[in-house]
Amino acid sequence: MKKLAIALITALGCGAVQAQNIAIVGGYVHTLSEQGSIEKGMVLIKDGRIEAVNERQDAPAGYRVIDATGKVVTPGLIGAFTSLGLVEVGMSAGTVDASAESQDYAPYGAAIDVSYAFNPDSTLIPVTRIEGFTLAASGMSSTHSLFGGQGAVFSLGIDESLVKPRAFMTVAVDHGGADDNGGSRAVLWPKLLSALAEASALQGNPLTPKDDWHGALSKEDANALLPVVAGDMPLFIDARRKSDILQVIALKQDYPQLQLVLLYATEGWRVAKDIAAAKIPVILDPEANLPGSFDQLGATLANAGRLDAAGVKVSIGMDTHNLRLATQHAGNAVANGLPWQQGLAALTINPAQLLGVEKDYGSLESGKVADVVIWSGDPLQVMEAPERVLINGEEVELESRQTKLRDRYLTLSQDKPQGYVRP
Amino acid sequence: MQGSPRFLFAALSLAMLAACGQQASDEQPPLVEIDKDPYPSTYTPLPSVTTAITNVTLLDGIGGQIEGASVLFEQGKVVAVGTDIAIPDNAEIIDGSGKWVTPGIIDVHSHLGVYPSPGTHSHSDGNEMTKPVTAGVWAEHSIWVQDAGFSRALAGGVTALQILPGSANLVGGRAVTVKNLPGRTMQSMKFPDAPYGMKMACGENPKRVYGDKGGPATRMGNVAGYRQAWADAQDYKRKWEKYREEHEAGKNPTPPKRDLTMDSLVGVLDGEIMVHMHCYRADEMAIMMDLMKEFNYQIASFQHAVEAYKITDLLAENNVCSAMWADWWGFKMEAYDGIRENVPMVHQGGACAIVHSDDDLGIQRLNQEAAKALGDGLRAGIDISKAEAWQWLSANPAKSLGIFDQTGSLEAGKNADIVLWSTDPFSTYAQAERVYIDGGLAYDRQDPASWPVQDFELGQPGEGDVK
Repeated sequence: MKKLAIALITALGCGAVQAQNIAIVGGYVHTLSEQGSIEKGMVLIKDGRIEAVNERQDAPAGYRVIDATGKVVTPGLIGAFTSLGLVEVGMSAGTVDASAESQDYAPYGAAIDVSYAFNPDSTLIPVTRIEGFTLAASGMSSTHSLFGGQGAVFSLGIDESLVKPRAFMTVAVDHGGADDNGGSRAVLWPKLLSALAEASALQGNPLTPKDDWHGALSKEDANALLPVVAGDMPLFIDARRKSDILQVIALKQDYPQLQLVLLYATEGWRVAKDIAAAKIPVILDPEANLPGSFDQLGATLANAGRLDAAGVKVSIGMDTHNLRLATQHAGNAVANGLPWQQGLAALTINPAQLLGVEKDYGSLESGKVADVVIWSGDPLQVMEAPERVLINGEEVELESRQTKLRDRYLTLSQDKPQGYVRP
Repeated sequence: MQGSPRFLFAALSLAMLAACGQQASDEQPPLVEIDKDPYPSTYTPLPSVTTAITNVTLLDGIGGQIEGASVLFEQGKVVAVGTDIAIPDNAEIIDGSGKWVTPGIIDVHSHLGVYPSPGTHSHSDGNEMTKPVTAGVWAEHSIWVQDAGFSRALAGGVTALQILPGSANLVGGRAVTVKNLPGRTMQSMKFPDAPYGMKMACGENPKRVYGDKGGPATRMGNVAGYRQAWADAQDYKRKWEKYREEHEAGKNPTPPKRDLTMDSLVGVLDGEIMVHMHCYRADEMAIMMDLMKEFNYQIASFQHAVEAYKITDLLAENNVCSAMWADWWGFKMEAYDGIRENVPMVHQGGACAIVHSDDDLGIQRLNQEAAKALGDGLRAGIDISKAEAWQWLSANPAKSLGIFDQTGSLEAGKNADIVLWSTDPFSTYAQAERVYIDGGLAYDRQDPASWPVQDFELGQPGEGDVK
């Protein structure tokens, strides 16, 4: 409760109760800001925020010193597109809040809102945060509607979780989206354009129960789309093949105010310059290199590197149970052409920007929330791991249900059954 | 082709018996035998030259690491490994300074070809979900050799792999081990003299698939299903034994009617077919090890074995391998207790640990899966060297597949299945530069024109691109 009180007061900007001040000294600091990387840097944390990052080695009085000599210091990693907190066990194990059936309410899916469904007690959250992930965008994995609903940004810390509700809207224009919407892109796209046109026609005025309305959208779906068409809420579009990506770029030309983000963009490298010119960032899985469907015949490990070289901002991190593998994914993107710094940016500042939380997250800069990770070495190397994780300026225990299972069975007890062993 | 004449002879004999009726009773007809290799391997290695890779860090696959090592191979076989080996004048010398050499990776769990890319319904040939015991189906009859996944796995250093039926059934059917060379036919990929595998499955999948289709609907139903199948196989085996005994005694017995399901199960009881059983939970694996004793067969490996770390003592005692992911977990209840230290804990417990993929992407970087497991183990205080860890990728899988006499380590006389890595293969940034299968250069990263391109990829976007 004390932690909660501190967090709440800090969040309110009241400094009456102060969190511990911390100086992380001597590490190789990757700020992901204009300050770049500092070979032996110091990160100062005060009241749960980054106070300063510099090249000094002398911690001010009153700061707890964490020696990071020989270690790597990065911003907390951000899950760019996950369903964390919305699913515990995916199959045959009860309700999965990340998936919904089409129904009378919100038949277009736009009014679906995950901020009501997030469960901060999910065991996936400690499993993920001990691997250096401190923030995640969570959205629906399937709705069988046109839209995938509104996702939100959550902190993976102990106390507060909801950072930004209704942070983004999703829609799929790949073969899956077509299958859910008439079985053809020839139905899907006019339906999507019509929905956006109807929402635009409202000119920012939400519908009330008293209003007459003759649109195809339900009132709640129309209202949910208002921030999208106003350009205040990013629209994440799952598009994989070249022609679908070009349709998305054309959409941006028709609605220049839309904030678009491409999901997957498996064949994005084929039109990398067009994506860059349209200033559309991409969240992708850099390991997808198989012609898994006719939507991704051109899939290649070089996709992330080629998109980056063309000037596209790339983000990586689309799993849920194993979001933690995004560091490995980024490492493989680097092995196949993505510059290392961009590999790290793909896990930090790039997702922060496309989620609209870059004022508080995504880099080690004065004033930002102190989500900081100290690594044993290069975070993109599969044999390295976080040694310390700080969220909101507080160090979290590197403990999860999985580490407890490990510790229970690390030595098989000879005396009593394992059920008596409490790690 | 050695099986075909024998099969023909058996068929003719049966036909003659039928045609001649009682006339044949005076003379004893020839013994009817079951051809155990009716779809024989036609594998031919790639052409090769005598080759020496020099100045490398070498992992021999059986626990040894040699700095400044060379490996010499000739006519498809490893000739010598060491720091001071004689290299003949005619050898092609590849200077591997700064690079690493390992045995080729062997994946014991793949569905390439049976669940190929693209993953269309038309291509979904991995699960014969029509009844719970389908031991009579063979994965090799479903393999689409044009799956692009094979060449991607090759670029990841995979030289051999076992392709299994899926896990919907209690007994899913026969698995086959193949060499990872592109071929026009399944037979041309088939690993010569490799025993067949038998895919079996514990737990959630069979009961989910058959719960509404006549059962089994529960785990106890699953176990009853295996037991009945083995009991039936024992009966079938006795019938054939009786037939052979009577024939041996000069009598004129009628051969039992062939039953393809029973043929495969008897192959297991006879120790000719290796059981690879999909099983996640520790308590279920313990039951399966009693089951194998009840019916006197051996389980070669548990596949996935997400909870193997809870029973490493039982696995070691019963000599059963565990083929595992590094870190997959939570996608269903029986995977909920997955931990990152599973592989090193099994190794530390003295049991046989294997890193497997069960995935067309994971198979491309099994070295990284081993690296993650090793790193997690080291942090938990489990002291394992990289050289020991490589056993998870080559020697142990080869043993579980019954091919360790041919491959799985870099020792004189073994098949020259070799990978030259750009750097330490426990690094995310390592890439397989050269992959040799039986001494033939199957993949050369530096020569894009030499990369295999599958039929499906011809004329499609990205043909011949970096993959």
